[in-house]
Amino acid sequence: MKPAPFRYHDPSTVDEVVTLLGRLEEAKVLAGGQSLMPLMNLRMTGFDDLIDLKGVQELQGITVTSDQVTIGSMTRQRACEHSDALAEALPILREALGYVGHPQTRNRGTIGGSLAHLDPTAELVGVASVLDAQIIARSTAGERRIPFDRYPEMTFVPDLTDQELITEVVFPRWPEDHGWAFEEFAPRHGDFAIAAAAALVSLNAEGAIDRIAVALLGMSEIGVRVGDLEQEWRGQKPSEALFAGVAEHVRRFDATPDIHGPAAYRQHLAGVLAQRALRHACDRAGSRLHA
Amino acid sequence: MHDERRIQATVNGAEHEVTVPVRLTLADLLRQKLRLTGTHLGCEHGVCGACTVLVDGVAVRSCLMLAVQVDGHEVTTVEGLADGENLHPIQQAFMDHHALQCGFCTPGLLTSIIDFLGQNPTPTREEATEAVSGNICRCTGYAGIVDATLAAAEALRAEDRPR
Repeated sequence: MKPAPFRYHDPSTVDEVVTLLGRLEEAKVLAGGQSLMPLMNLRMTGFDDLIDLKGVQELQGITVTSDQVTIGSMTRQRACEHSDALAEALPILREALGYVGHPQTRNRGTIGGSLAHLDPTAELVGVASVLDAQIIARSTAGERRIPFDRYPEMTFVPDLTDQELITEVVFPRWPEDHGWAFEEFAPRHGDFAIAAAAALVSLNAEGAIDRIAVALLGMSEIGVRVGDLEQEWRGQKPSEALFAGVAEHVRRFDATPDIHGPAAYRQHLAGVLAQRALRHACDRAGSRLHA
Repeated sequence: MHDERRIQATVNGAEHEVTVPVRLTLADLLRQKLRLTGTHLGCEHGVCGACTVLVDGVAVRSCLMLAVQVDGHEVTTVEGLADGENLHPIQQAFMDHHALQCGFCTPGLLTSIIDFLGQNPTPTREEATEAVSGNICRCTGYAGIVDATLAAAEALRAEDRPR
């Protein structure tokens, strides 16, 4: 047997799930299984009870309105990748999903599962950060709406109690003609990213920046944004100088050395990717402006 | 805490009713309980792709699913691809284009490609190359695999043409 023994539960409603989570001491929730099952098979995790969410229909679904997109936590990455409505409302999500693992893992992996697992280089973490997503979590105590900038505590540790279940993720929308880009570097396509950058930009009628957001993956701070620059750049026109400026800013972010290389390597890589992502996002916004 | 459940699943068109430990993986259900050893175990943690099967027509890592999760569902393994003596077009294409040597990765590739071509019947070479990147092959260098994928796509399109 690969995993160690556990008791298996397959509830049908969110109420049943949170009741179980409230009652059981050592329980884990099974979403897509693409992160948890490897840990179980390698016996790197221990729990007494496994709560399988596959039967909880209310956790599935994509709702698009004029100002936000709400995705049920059990919605498969494959469904998100193939949704034309989602591609129109949140184009950066489709681009980022192309980098998430492989098609076979996206067929089972979920939006909520990836965010609950909180791998610091997960593409969905970068997307949630750059879009200022809200994580909606439920327990027997009620519902909590967690803004993404407060959600990661540290690697693999989100601001969620053992009794809470992520039910859905809300992504505010950007203006229709906004530009977007997701750039990543990994040793091979489908591998975990060493660094990645997500950029969103909205231009005004004169072609100057009205709003901008850039998030990085692979730095010490999970999904770190470029902060003050996002305000400073309002009113400026996209230019190579601006793109070089973001690279220089990003290179100063804290990074940890590891088997892929020294901290300086990650910092340089993140800077290059941020530059490319911003340039690409501005190009896209510019061409939509003139469309 | 050695829980068991009775499950019903259709595997390669045949209905099976079997009692399984809840922690049994789908891969082990297929290989050990149903003796369908065409599905291979390369890593048992989701990265090699050798265990890929189709669940309700969708390619998944059988090492990352529990047997209890296919209760009421349909599973297709490599053993279910041919129609009697007639190979599936992707199997024929693999033979024609030297897309296998040791054959260990092959079952996972065949199922992955069938799902891929179902989604994208007219792939470019680049798309086909990316589509097989979730399956590791140590023998062939992938060129034959990509050739076979494109050839199978053409053969499947030809099958759909009104005669």
